[in-house]
Amino acid sequence: MELLIDVISWFLLIVGSAFLLVGAIGLLRLPDIFSRMHGAGIIDTMGTAMLFFGMFLQAGFTIVSIKLFLILLFLMFTSPTTTHALARAALDAGLKPLVDDDEPDAKKLALLKKRKKERKRL
Amino acid sequence: MLHALSLGGVLGLLWLLLSGIFEGWLLALGLGSIIVVVTFANRMDVIDREGHPIHISWRALLYWPWLAREIVKANWDVARVILSPKIPITPKVLRINATQVTELGHVFYANSITLTPGTVTLSLKNGALIVHSLTKFAEKGLLSGEMDRRVHAVEGADDNTVISNEHV
Repeated sequence: MELLIDVISWFLLIVGSAFLLVGAIGLLRLPDIFSRMHGAGIIDTMGTAMLFFGMFLQAGFTIVSIKLFLILLFLMFTSPTTTHALARAALDAGLKPLVDDDEPDAKKLALLKKRKKERKRL
Repeated sequence: MLHALSLGGVLGLLWLLLSGIFEGWLLALGLGSIIVVVTFANRMDVIDREGHPIHISWRALLYWPWLAREIVKANWDVARVILSPKIPITPKVLRINATQVTELGHVFYANSITLTPGTVTLSLKNGALIVHSLTKFAEKGLLSGEMDRRVHAVEGADDNTVISNEHV
């Protein structure tokens, strides 16, 4: 039984870490600050939640689990607020989101392509 | 009064769960702290339906599992997009109208949108949201309006007075 719990817990911890990694890759690969926030969103939600569930299993029915749960709850309420503040700050600083319109704007597409090329070079 | 009692109860529970020590002296300290906090909150006039929304709590508990499922689906979608070699994103800025009647409902909805990867709320003003969406999947999910409907149900407009203009 203990082994089973350990296996499930480690599975969650590893998959959660994988999602953290994917989020970090997203932060690097996505083209502008607004789309990068979605990458950070993966870290905030799936990555954190899976790590916490893995830790719940490690802690069992103890006071530690309750504290972990409260931290998770707090994160789930605050992370959208910080994301929102970041977006507002970016907008106030004059950054415009890159938009993929139905009628493609030649300039934006050129910029997207250029950034893709830059990434490839890296 | 009901809200003050509920705030005191929640704080008491929080104290017990976080300390885990049931000794007279510490319990007395906890009780003292709770009384001070509730008194301050009362004097600051922040104990109201908006600051301490007990009227939506049980409906919110029913909403969260649905939101969790949506978050998992959206995570899968965005993760796939990030890892695919061509990064097939279709970033868009969408304007949508929230159907909730209270400010609390609007904030609830905007935060739910931001919490779901693939959509981020950029601005919220008088129930008009500006949302940045990353993928087709996220855009479709947002425009289907299911989340809006569900948050509206959580808010429970029927037994809810409109409070959004109270503080303006």
